[in-house]
Amino acid sequence: MKLKSLALVATLAAAGAMPLLTSAPAFAQAKDQFFPVLSYRTGAYAPNGVPFANGFVDYLKLINAKGGINGVKVSWEECETGYATDKGVECYERLKGKGATSIHPLSTGITFALTEKVPTDKISLLTAGYGRSESTDGMVFKWNFPLTGTYWDAADVLIQHIGKKEGGQDKLKGKKIALVYHDSPYGKEPIALLQERSKLNGFDLQLLPVAHPGVEQKATWLQIRQNRPDYVLLWGWGVMNSTAIKEAVATGYPRDKMYGVWWAGAEPDVKDVGDGAKGYHALALQHGAEPNAKVVKDVLDLVHGKGQGTGPKEEVGQVLYMRGLMAAMLSTEGVRRAQERFGKGKWVTGEQARWGYENLALDQKKLDALGFAGVLRPISTSCADHRGDVWARVHTWNGSKWEFTSDWYEADQSIIKPMIKQAADKYAAEKKITRRTSEDCQSDSLETARKG
Amino acid sequence: MGFFLETLIGGLTTGMLYSLVALGFVLIFKASGVFNFAQGAMVLFAALAMARFSEWLPKLLGVDSKLLANLLAFAAALLVMVAVAWLIERLVLGRLVNQEGVTLLMATLGISYFMDGFGQTLFGSDIYKIDIGLPKDPIFLLESAFQGGVLVNKEDLYAAVIAAALVVVLAAFFQFTPTGRALRAVADDHQAAQSIGIPLSRVWVIVWSVAGFVALVAGIIWGSKLGVQFSLSVLALKALPVVILGGLTSVPGAIVGGLILGMGEKLSEVFVGPMVGGGIEIWFGYVLVLLVLLVRPQGLFGEKIIDRV
Amino acid sequence: MLYRENGQFKTTYASDQQIFPIAQDRLLIVALLAFAFIAVPFLASEYLFRAVLIPFLILSLAALGLNILVGYCGQISLGTGGFMAVGAYAAYNLMIRIDGMPLLLALLLGGVCATAVGVLFGIPSLRIKGLYLAVATLAAQFFCDWAFLRIKWFTNNSSSGSVNIGELNVFGWVVDTPAEKYLFCLGFVAVFALLAKNLVRSHIGREWMAMRDMDVAASVIGIRPVYAKLTAFAVSSFFVGVAGALWGFVYLSAWEPAAFNIDRSFQLLFMVIIGGLGSIMGSFFGAAFIVIVPILLDNAPILLGIPIDTATASHLTFMIFGSLIVFFLIVEPHGLARLWSIGKEKLRLWPFPH
Repeated sequence: MKLKSLALVATLAAAGAMPLLTSAPAFAQAKDQFFPVLSYRTGAYAPNGVPFANGFVDYLKLINAKGGINGVKVSWEECETGYATDKGVECYERLKGKGATSIHPLSTGITFALTEKVPTDKISLLTAGYGRSESTDGMVFKWNFPLTGTYWDAADVLIQHIGKKEGGQDKLKGKKIALVYHDSPYGKEPIALLQERSKLNGFDLQLLPVAHPGVEQKATWLQIRQNRPDYVLLWGWGVMNSTAIKEAVATGYPRDKMYGVWWAGAEPDVKDVGDGAKGYHALALQHGAEPNAKVVKDVLDLVHGKGQGTGPKEEVGQVLYMRGLMAAMLSTEGVRRAQERFGKGKWVTGEQARWGYENLALDQKKLDALGFAGVLRPISTSCADHRGDVWARVHTWNGSKWEFTSDWYEADQSIIKPMIKQAADKYAAEKKITRRTSEDCQSDSLETARKG
Repeated sequence: MGFFLETLIGGLTTGMLYSLVALGFVLIFKASGVFNFAQGAMVLFAALAMARFSEWLPKLLGVDSKLLANLLAFAAALLVMVAVAWLIERLVLGRLVNQEGVTLLMATLGISYFMDGFGQTLFGSDIYKIDIGLPKDPIFLLESAFQGGVLVNKEDLYAAVIAAALVVVLAAFFQFTPTGRALRAVADDHQAAQSIGIPLSRVWVIVWSVAGFVALVAGIIWGSKLGVQFSLSVLALKALPVVILGGLTSVPGAIVGGLILGMGEKLSEVFVGPMVGGGIEIWFGYVLVLLVLLVRPQGLFGEKIIDRV
Repeated sequence: MLYRENGQFKTTYASDQQIFPIAQDRLLIVALLAFAFIAVPFLASEYLFRAVLIPFLILSLAALGLNILVGYCGQISLGTGGFMAVGAYAAYNLMIRIDGMPLLLALLLGGVCATAVGVLFGIPSLRIKGLYLAVATLAAQFFCDWAFLRIKWFTNNSSSGSVNIGELNVFGWVVDTPAEKYLFCLGFVAVFALLAKNLVRSHIGREWMAMRDMDVAASVIGIRPVYAKLTAFAVSSFFVGVAGALWGFVYLSAWEPAAFNIDRSFQLLFMVIIGGLGSIMGSFFGAAFIVIVPILLDNAPILLGIPIDTATASHLTFMIFGSLIVFFLIVEPHGLARLWSIGKEKLRLWPFPH
């Protein structure tokens, strides 16, 4: 008994002492630019989270191998979120004190939670290819950057592609399109645009939610078999994707009529379905699987070649790995742009980095120099547009790899822009934020940012 | 009508798969009075073991034939589950002998957390494949009577047959073998069984091993269907209403409960779901169980609960 | 020696029946409250507030509610996450749809809505007992999960299903810094803990405990089971609902239904069991354990300087967490509160052995 109470006292004392120790903000040396890496390597979404995180970290290692951002080395720390919002918030709170200037939550749910916190903490919320679609409007969402595209853009491109396949947007009238979506903010994002488009183009939209984690899809696919939609759009993540394809095989729905969003079109989703997944299409957010890109060769030489690779070598160049590379590239390029304004070779603050993300001007030359030739198209942001141009293609799984099967598409902003404005206005009214003025766009970047 | 049949068959086969997992619950509760929340984690652990061994063993031993590799992996995974059963009995159950039900329940929850983490540490957290040769394509029956035919999934059908066979074997085991009788004696009254010389701890190891075997079969079938990944342990939550519906102590009850639940879930999701926006599968089973319990508090086949004052 | 009650004579019934009859206990509680209210806001870092203290306070409030239901009344409930969600969404809707609704009133009315739902899902407890009831309460959990995902009215027709809260304004005091949020939650917890302690000491608490110990015998001597069980559900759901509203408003500021899923219910049940069933103090111990241990385990590799990748660290956390739960259940099945009271008993005799 004595031993037990001693043990208890010791545990409680240690438990009491530890948080006081952990709370001391471990400020990385002011010279290193710190990037928090929110990742999920466990849980139902790990198969897709792991390659992304590996790509992200490998790119940061590559930057260091190439000498840092104009000489400033980068440092990072991973934190496991398990795709859960509260763990994501806890990771954010722990890592923000280390000098973080930007964060990629890789989860729309965590994005919503962090949108409330980043303005006070002065950290840019980069949500490349996900997040809140209305955060494109930088006049309301000063700190959110859904770079390269949001889900409204994705849904729009898919409808354009389907229209093209049918022989013209007018041929969509009377067609049936089903959306199999993850029952979470991520899966629900495209619904607003798809409903708009269905009114516009006259197609019949069927919504089929799938509860987390997404392994129960038998009833969903039986309903699809009954309704026989002409196309099925898949908005899944993690194991939901491979389960959907397996259920499509089991109910005999042709895979070549299935189109996944850019988060539902990667190797982990199709590998273990094998031949059954042949013909499955998915959106490619600018890049697909790029084993021949120069940046991939650089990573293999300078990072994996030195034995510092974060994941297996076979993963380098796969779809989600490239997504991670791209996300890390955007993080560091924003810092580089900020350095151009506020002092090359110097460590940048959160406000300065934000200016950098708001004034990205990555032209093809710069992208080629970084190694993304033929992989990415120019990305430039502005005060009003925190997303930049949206370019996407469709790629198809041929049984062993992803092949591009379409031309480049641009999302149709004539439909999306008013939706963004309406949603952003609604958010601003709810939170009592006043829209930024154009003077605010310029002045705030020069003076307040310089003050750091 | 054809579509109704399709959904019904789909529900029945899914129900059999739930019963597979529920069997493990019932076995352990029957023999030791412990409600094993860790059953889901055991299914995942067993499936992971099977999947990884079927990958590693052929490389290690240079075996080529798929069948042999699968058999070896099965044997190895079974050994692992028996070891797990022995450890659980030794380290946890043996020390919690006289505690209340809630404490034992929480202990099994703790075990399930531990096994989740341990399984993924040992075997990894990717999606792994189990290929035991179950066919994946559908068959279409009665194409003449109904347009498009009635869809029956071959894999699910095989799984249902395997589950039924397992139940028959287990029922025979409990009824006709001396070990089975010993298990039933322990389930009736621990102290009485101990006093006539039945070794309690050995019985519990046997029970948990059998439950581990059931978990392995369930893990193989579910893993072959869905791929072996973390969400398999969430399946246990789906098996809970089956267990409660059928009654905690009845093996045929687990089957009937599974069939009813599977049927009810799929039919409600497909026919009632669209009216309310879909996704009602997650709660339908539980609400059904709630309503049944209001009428019969001991489940459909469970023993009547007698309170002594 | 220090903890002896020598010379503390009670001369009135009131002083005999007080919550802390021993003067040293009263001193300790006053000191603790003073420390919590006055010293901690200045001493703790922002991380400590945001990641440890605020979740601890809110979850201990929820654990208090659950302890009333499970520990004092003996009804196992796994639907706590769902009731928290009801409280949070109800408070949100009241704030959004009624102009000028005071924050405190919204939070409390959120609790009242959770009470209504709790009583509704508590009705089966009149027929169903024990483990079967636990599974029946899961119906509440999953139904609430689904309702908040599907019924758009609850989330103010937001396209994503996510809701967010504007600024927190309590009669003009804007609660936005971590220290202020901490004080806000601390106020709630202090009041509610006192409320809970007095409830369980009163006749209704005794009715609950009678139902827990021997419900048939209790009804034989005249305790109405309907009244006892449904009030337990009602009071418990009120606490849990207010805790849920605080969780959404103060801790998360923006949430989706997954924030209140079944993992939350299990987490709260763990808190109550490890802390000690049937003990107000136990809820706090349990909440502290469950909140702090995972953070410790996550941070330990970095503090000790051992580089482990996050996946392994996360798995290790699961494993150690599970083992600790089993360890505590073996060592002290009545929870940390029992260890504490044993400690106090020893302290009363110290330095004498008996």
